[in-house]
Amino acid sequence: MKHSFRLYRHYIAINIRSAMQYKSSFWLTMFGQLLSTVSTLFGVIFMFQRFPVVKGFTLNDVILCCGIVQMQFSLSEMWARGFDRFAVIIRKGEYDRVLLRPRNEILQVFGSQFELSRIGRLIQGALMLAYGIIRIKIHWDVLKVLTLFNMILGGTALFTGLCIIRAALCFFTLEGLEFMNIFTDGAREHGKYPLNIYGDKFLLFCTVAIPYALVQYYPLIYILGQRTEWWLAFLPLLVLLYLIPCIALFRFGVRHYQSSGS
Amino acid sequence: MIHMENVVKTYRVARRNAGAKAAFKALFRREYQEIRALDSISLDISEGEIVALLGPNGAGKSTTIKILSGILYPDSGIVECNGFVPYKERMRYTREIGVVFGQRTQLFWDVPVADSFELLKDIYDISEQTFQENQQELTELLNLQELLRTPVRQLSLGQRMRCEIAGSLLHSPKILFLDEPTIGLDAVSKLAVRQFINRLNEEKHTTVILTTHDMQDVEALSKRVIMIGKGRLLLDGTIDDIRKEGESLDESLVEFYQGIEGLGKEEKS
Amino acid sequence: MKKYFSFFKLRLQMGMQYRVAALAGMATQFFWGFMLIFAYHAFYESNPDAFPMEFSALASYIWLQQAFLMLFTTWRFDNDILSMISDGGLSYELARPVSLYRMWFAKNLAMRLSEATLRFAPVLLVAILVPKPYGLSLPKSPWHLLLFLVTLVLGLLLTISFLMLIYGLSTRMLSSTGIRVFLSSVMEFLSGQIIPLPFFPDKVRFVLELLPSAGMQNVPLRIYSGDLSGAAMVRAIVLQIVWLFVFVIAGELLLRNAEKRAVLQGG
Repeated sequence: MKHSFRLYRHYIAINIRSAMQYKSSFWLTMFGQLLSTVSTLFGVIFMFQRFPVVKGFTLNDVILCCGIVQMQFSLSEMWARGFDRFAVIIRKGEYDRVLLRPRNEILQVFGSQFELSRIGRLIQGALMLAYGIIRIKIHWDVLKVLTLFNMILGGTALFTGLCIIRAALCFFTLEGLEFMNIFTDGAREHGKYPLNIYGDKFLLFCTVAIPYALVQYYPLIYILGQRTEWWLAFLPLLVLLYLIPCIALFRFGVRHYQSSGS
Repeated sequence: MIHMENVVKTYRVARRNAGAKAAFKALFRREYQEIRALDSISLDISEGEIVALLGPNGAGKSTTIKILSGILYPDSGIVECNGFVPYKERMRYTREIGVVFGQRTQLFWDVPVADSFELLKDIYDISEQTFQENQQELTELLNLQELLRTPVRQLSLGQRMRCEIAGSLLHSPKILFLDEPTIGLDAVSKLAVRQFINRLNEEKHTTVILTTHDMQDVEALSKRVIMIGKGRLLLDGTIDDIRKEGESLDESLVEFYQGIEGLGKEEKS
Repeated sequence: MKKYFSFFKLRLQMGMQYRVAALAGMATQFFWGFMLIFAYHAFYESNPDAFPMEFSALASYIWLQQAFLMLFTTWRFDNDILSMISDGGLSYELARPVSLYRMWFAKNLAMRLSEATLRFAPVLLVAILVPKPYGLSLPKSPWHLLLFLVTLVLGLLLTISFLMLIYGLSTRMLSSTGIRVFLSSVMEFLSGQIIPLPFFPDKVRFVLELLPSAGMQNVPLRIYSGDLSGAAMVRAIVLQIVWLFVFVIAGELLLRNAEKRAVLQGG
């Protein structure tokens, strides 16, 4: 375990050194990322000028929520980039090399890529979060700080899990996987609003089928004080369990790969 | 050291006919065609041998290497390498082998070669002492002194191949697989690679299995030649079994391959 | 003309090879459409009086936007052209006996038409089946449909003439990525891709409707449902045509200048 951690750190270091070979491209991508959601944010601001309160949420609540989702998404994009671009790894035959090394496959794929430029979007999300925290009167206590931390952890895990599922599908087909963008990019884009905005049935779907609501709506209403049940703070951690089937699916894909040699 | 017995491997390949109608159909149902890549292959290789796998493209050479290195499962048959079943005991087995793919790199493209080596040290859990000794030795033998500080993308193909080989030997593997190690290299690099492999084999008794299309590789390196065609073992002998009087090796090989084509025809009739 | 049509056919054939990608794209657009409509519905419920459009008109706007996404997106560039500009391969293109502006315009038109052709019909068909007021309404009259189609073509041409300006500007720069990303996202916002123009604050909206960006998707998509009509509609169409002329002339000048420089430098 300790060795694995050291190896992972080594992978990251080498990836960052590689990225620094192309400094101008790095900065351009980072700034692009930093500005990526500005127009979305303006759209939200204009909408709330017309409709100050929607389903119990104000503009500041939505900015806070949007910031957290952006952070969850960008963190997963940053560290799970290897799964994100897994189609390329398969197409180039690089997965053979993974199998030739005496290390856990998943650790190796995580290590193969680290996209530091996603820090642009992360900063943008953090700014929105900070703005929300300053503007909304929240009675902060230890549990609420912990809730915020759990949300970011659980949300990053959720997006990472979705990336792993898409990567697992790459073992079977490389065509049409764009539909998975609905669950990743779609969740980032539409997750800017608290999920109950989209209706009760949708909220239910996001609670049981793909547990977005566990890292967004429920802990959010706890932080905002709309509900006070303490266990809402820990719902995001349930998402960590959801990683188990994702990894199982990936392992199943590996077995298929080893028997089909595609 | 290496034992293969009646190993069979078939691939399923999606078949698609031309035309819009067929393409539309393929959206919903695919037709598959079975391709037999290895058709009951049996062979034994002892420790310290250098063996060349020959055969036309698509003959099953790469499949053989992939099965022996644990990347692929066979459909049936027995595979045992150095006491392991490669595809079952991947984590422990891969510590004992080194693999070089001539057409792909295992080094990080944008950082100096030495950085990639350091990473390999962590991947294979090589002790500091062993790592230093091996790196020093390989640097001398393969003449890497100038190259270690250079990013991989700035190396020529021959320089890169020397680094690739060094990288796959840092953990002192017992078996070395080389898939087309001299493809695209200039004459000087080819010679250097061949000399090194021979020396490695003599001094460390590393078992070497290579695939190649270059008959000079075979002449320079291996006493033993295994020829595969259409998934079957066609010849297990020496280069002299292919050579004919008054012809170049390449010409003799072409005749041999044409013989395989004939074999295919007989089957059909 | 025939030349340009063959570009279109070639593009369509290339696009056909990626049918599965097209299916995936359609699924994404359905999903996107539904999510947007659900969100707007929540806003509508919170205060129906503040809603600046009829809800069914908004739903139609969103479905048409999803169906014709490929026609109006400001993010789709021709990568061949971009790499040609950055590699300085312009002089090869000049060797062909066609005007650079017309050829690039036709290429972009063909690319967008072929991509939209593969996708729009199924999206519209399903959107019509979605119950009122969430679905796509039928056009108010054949007259509206006709005006919709005419302004759709104008809006498409205006969008491409805007891209041509960006290509033109790119020929004068070492790296065009920054300016491209900036202009594309500004245009995306101002043309009503993020939120339809009626949802902007009234003062902002007054200015926005005079800008060329308003003539892209805003005009046809709102004429379809009758949200834009009467004198405002006539004004919008006139502005579409005026801006189209301005953009085409400006683009022609930029590219002619680039041609001259390419010839002088010998590529």
